[in-house]
Amino acid sequence: MNETAKEPTQLAPILTLESKFFWDAATKEQFVCEKCSDCGQFRFPPRPMCPHCHSVKRDIVELSGKGKVLSWIKPVHPKPIGFDEPPTVGVIETDEGFRIVSNIIDIAYEDITFEMPVEVAFAPTVKNKKVPVFRPLSNENDSLSPVGGEG
Amino acid sequence: MSRQFKEAAIAGIGQTEFSKSSGRSEQQLAAECSLAACQDAGVDPKDIDGMITFTLDNTDDIHLARCLGVENLAYTTRIPGGGAAAVATIYQAMAMVNAGLCENVLIWRAMNERSQYRFGQPISMESAFAPGSGTGSLSWCMPFGAQTPASWESLNAQRYMQKYGVTNEDFGYVSVQQRKYASTNPNAWFYEKPITLEDHQNSKWIIEPVLRMFDCCQESDGGVALLITSLERARDLKQPPVHIVGACQSIPNEVEVISNYYHGGDLADMPEAYATAKRLWAQTGMKPADMDVAMLYDAFTPQIFKQLEAFGFVKPGEASDFVKDGQIDIDGQIPVNTNGGLIAEAYIHGMNSVTEMVRQVRGTAANQVADVQHALISSGMAGAVLARG
Ligand SMILES: [Zn+2]
Repeated sequence: MNETAKEPTQLAPILTLESKFFWDAATKEQFVCEKCSDCGQFRFPPRPMCPHCHSVKRDIVELSGKGKVLSWIKPVHPKPIGFDEPPTVGVIETDEGFRIVSNIIDIAYEDITFEMPVEVAFAPTVKNKKVPVFRPLSNENDSLSPVGGEG
Repeated sequence: MSRQFKEAAIAGIGQTEFSKSSGRSEQQLAAECSLAACQDAGVDPKDIDGMITFTLDNTDDIHLARCLGVENLAYTTRIPGGGAAAVATIYQAMAMVNAGLCENVLIWRAMNERSQYRFGQPISMESAFAPGSGTGSLSWCMPFGAQTPASWESLNAQRYMQKYGVTNEDFGYVSVQQRKYASTNPNAWFYEKPITLEDHQNSKWIIEPVLRMFDCCQESDGGVALLITSLERARDLKQPPVHIVGACQSIPNEVEVISNYYHGGDLADMPEAYATAKRLWAQTGMKPADMDVAMLYDAFTPQIFKQLEAFGFVKPGEASDFVKDGQIDIDGQIPVNTNGGLIAEAYIHGMNSVTEMVRQVRGTAANQVADVQHALISSGMAGAVLARG
């Protein structure tokens, strides 16, 4: 692909004390989430206390990387920073049950449908980071299986 | 002086001109509109004892008090949540007066939001993600190209469109209606500039397939202020008092203004507006049919549909037909945003909607609704019912 030589332009994530673990993992092509060490519930956006049992103990666990599309839009004007063409932005609900805003790639905007299954991929950004993005779930035999290695 | 419950009222309103370039500092706009509110009420600014604004306001409370010559301030606070704060300022002022802790509460919002900085442009503004703003989750949108309020709103509104089969053209009827109101309101930026549905459909896409240019509020310079006191005292002041019958705020679990994707419900819904409505109707013992006019926060046209449904003027999914049928026009079932709203009058972060509601209750609005007894004002996360005092 002649795209490989191109420098990334997408904005790097905004790191906070609470979100750094997520973005650091994404740069290593891992899609992770906070999970309560005591009651086992996932939580997103990240926070220092479990709202279910109020434990402050938490594990960072790798997820299936699979989810479904709830909504999708195309920001046209003003042009989003970091994109040559308007990206598709969507809200994804992960199989683990929480929602995240991301890009939907490798599919025409018009072909996306509600609850369409998707899987995680990783897009490079400036400052040598990566962010999780989503593409249509590939067939089982497809060699383009997601990073994170199930099966 | 012992503390006793006192009913609260809006005694004064003040504003600067609304423009795209004020030519002076936000602090000066704040001072000018605050003085105007005091003069409208007939209250000496030195007697202000409470001051309330938004966390996002750039002016300084103490510096404003110093401009006005406030003698002995008793209370200051700021409300998080961007424009959702608008009606929560009235709620806070009402509570302080009700509790007998303040006699003259000043509310203000001043912004050079066109000439100095622009809310509508992609942001990297760190302040939006800072603790205290109530909008921290916006940081999770930025790398993906969702960098404007229009894009954040659209991630919810697109789901609303899917769910109820609504199109951008349907949203256009809100825009046409509000421009019609503005066309006969001399305060409005779009005074004498009505549009047709065709004009709306010809305006450029901001966010496909949800928002065109004419679905979006303006970026404006200007300041708006209110003076809240007890109903009893307001009756002795210059203007007919506008009674705050009830006011409330509601922030349901996992709800966040504008980046509102993390609650468990359908993205098409606006859980904070449903919760505000429930709390407000319970507090006041009133219902949608009791309202004669409504101001609904309109950063973007889809928010009108969602609030009409949340407050119970129509059932979920029915707002589109209701609006298309002319029911939010001056002679409709519930006239909405009669000054042209944030889309067509000006965008002073929802506070110019409050002054319009006060004028409607006083009977002095440019587009006056006949015989206004009760008025609803909503900024999504907060609401209030006003009445003649
Ligand atoms: Zn737990």
